[in-house]
Amino acid sequence: MLLFRNVLNCGPKKPGMNASELKRGESARINHVEFNELQNKLIEMGCFEGNEIKMLYVAPLGDPIAYDINGYILGLRKEEARLIKVVKL
Amino acid sequence: MNPKEKHIVLVGNPNSGKTTLFNALTGLNQKISNLPGTTIEKKTGHFQIGDQHVRITDLPGTYSIHPKGEDEMISIDYLLNFQKHEIDVILFVADASNLSRNLLLYTQVADLGFPMVLALNMIDSAEKKGISIDVENLSAALGVIVCPINAREGRGLDKLKNTLVKVNAAHQVTFFESNDISSYEALNRHHTHYHNYLRKHLDNLRKNDQADVIANSRNISEETISRYKKIDKIIEIVQYKNTEKGKNITQRIDKILLHPVYGFLVFYATLFVIFQFIFKVAEYPMNWIEAIFSTLSGQIKALLPEGMLSSLMADGIVPGIGGVIVFLPQIMLLFALLAILEDSGYMTRVSFITDRLMRKFGLNGKSVVPLIGGMACAIPSIMATRNIENKKDRLITILVTPLMSCSARLPVYTLLVSLLVTDKGDSWLDPRGLILLGMYLLGFIAALLFAFIFKLILKQKHKSYFVLELPDYRKPRLRNILLTVKDKAGDFVFNAGKIILIVSIVLWFLASFGPSGKFDAIDRKYQSYRDAGMEEKKQSEKLEASYAGMLGKAIEPAIKPLGYDWKIGIALITSLAAREVFVGTIATIYSVGDADDEKSLSTVLSEQKRPDGSPLYSYATIISLLLFYAFAMQCFSTLAVTYRETRSMKWPLVQMGYMTGFAYLVSLVVYQLMA
Repeated sequence: MLLFRNVLNCGPKKPGMNASELKRGESARINHVEFNELQNKLIEMGCFEGNEIKMLYVAPLGDPIAYDINGYILGLRKEEARLIKVVKL
Repeated sequence: MNPKEKHIVLVGNPNSGKTTLFNALTGLNQKISNLPGTTIEKKTGHFQIGDQHVRITDLPGTYSIHPKGEDEMISIDYLLNFQKHEIDVILFVADASNLSRNLLLYTQVADLGFPMVLALNMIDSAEKKGISIDVENLSAALGVIVCPINAREGRGLDKLKNTLVKVNAAHQVTFFESNDISSYEALNRHHTHYHNYLRKHLDNLRKNDQADVIANSRNISEETISRYKKIDKIIEIVQYKNTEKGKNITQRIDKILLHPVYGFLVFYATLFVIFQFIFKVAEYPMNWIEAIFSTLSGQIKALLPEGMLSSLMADGIVPGIGGVIVFLPQIMLLFALLAILEDSGYMTRVSFITDRLMRKFGLNGKSVVPLIGGMACAIPSIMATRNIENKKDRLITILVTPLMSCSARLPVYTLLVSLLVTDKGDSWLDPRGLILLGMYLLGFIAALLFAFIFKLILKQKHKSYFVLELPDYRKPRLRNILLTVKDKAGDFVFNAGKIILIVSIVLWFLASFGPSGKFDAIDRKYQSYRDAGMEEKKQSEKLEASYAGMLGKAIEPAIKPLGYDWKIGIALITSLAAREVFVGTIATIYSVGDADDEKSLSTVLSEQKRPDGSPLYSYATIISLLLFYAFAMQCFSTLAVTYRETRSMKWPLVQMGYMTGFAYLVSLVVYQLMA
């Protein structure tokens, strides 16, 4: 039991950050997208490992957020952007 | 030559310029119809090259062959039933500035085994962004004919048309694992396999089989990623990107339109301009139309011998039709302005900036488009909810969209507001425009209120989400806008006009005839009088004794607490099926009871008195009527669409019940407080 907990806590290194944590104008490379009923849709829209993602602007009320993905603009809610794990460039 | 008509189906991502290409290929030679046995709307058009007749079908834009929303399901279902629809060739439209994502769907459709042509659109805007594409290499890599086009300016279309005519079943291409497939039989097996797999997935989606959908979801993600990997290898060879050089105008415009402060200011200003526009600008043609119809009524009376026919034409049909045609300028302007917002790409920004707010009310940023569209007409707007992927969000949007003040309410509002404000003053700000804006706001607030109530009542099965492409800004195309206005105006005139014509005739009959004994008695009573004042009195007594009068009197007890009399009661009954009939009915009722045809309707109404001598259309009654028409469900067509979109009788009944109940309650309270 103790061992199991240790594995969970110390396991593999945390995968950096979420796309929702990017600041305006920051770019990152997508590491992976968490499995969720949305995963599929996000991948289809171009959010998958290896692709570059750039935070463009936040909506006036603080949410959703617009990203540049592969040269087009995609609007995502914060909770959806959290599914996208990235490594800052 | 092949005399048989060739059937080409247009497939592509949303915002790829698919509809612009369709309009450019077919011109005015197109129509909107329903797929047989369903309500699914599709656009069909024709063109001809030499002896070859070509029929084109435009399907709703979709991002993937694995449907997420109702509109994607429609397109995919159509493709999977290719035998029934006799599809000869798929014309795939791809946005060159966003090639990788556009090619995803292309490869999926190619693997279904269709002969295809790839139209590469918007190369110019890609080049402005610093992206150029090697068309020949792309064609070689995919094994498909690629036609570079500019749908907006009509470039490359002749070549595209000629190519389409030549392509046949031998041009079948496949994309996925094509290296492994050598023989024709293996190719067919591959297509059939992919087809069956998609078919099964679609059925499970329909049945809402959660276990299967989730299990499949992993497979789909894998499939998608491996497609993208292969696509990206091709992109590396055929695409040259120099984004340093490219200018991004869209992002610059967005800095203003999505700005925390200016963003909402621009949004409100846009709405404000729309309302001032449809009141101020539309006023001139409306005055002309009104003048034409009242002269027409007078002329008919003068020309035709006095009698039944003259009365039917001058008191029934002409004022009934005129009362509706007069609103055509406003409706056309409204649809044109909304089409401009849609075509330019601004509408998606409105979704983006309002999503946070809408979410609180159980809606979605994507609900804003149907809601704003609801200001024109709830029917196409309810159909436009199909791109809302979440079922609950979509259902709530469908239920509350009819609360938005639609163009059919506009005639009613206009008439009532003109009674409320008789002196419009000289200021540039039209007070009637402001009241009208207030009515629209009221509808919107009611829609939010009920959305919130439904959010609390209805159960949530899936998480709500918002994944929305914000397309590049584009100059709206006049042709696209005119075609939309033509469709909608034609629909209003012919469909609403049909009902209104029938209602006008029936109403004229009901208002002109009654139980014969009573009519004779009135005739005898006034026999000895000859002056005009007595004639008017006789007419109104006759109206009261007529069948229509009896009907109005029958419901009077129920509507009296709202401040309405039996004449308004007649109009309420006739406008049950369609609101705009109110104006035609009122026009018919009062012209039957009025000898003077040259007076405008609002003058006639403001002269109406109650039995005690006070004006019938008091502020309390007018406001009570305005509120009733704002909230009540008085549109059979909307109920029919709700039924078809939800596939259940329950939701139209809920819609009817809560809207009309709320309308009655609000009008009752307001009238009792004001009177």
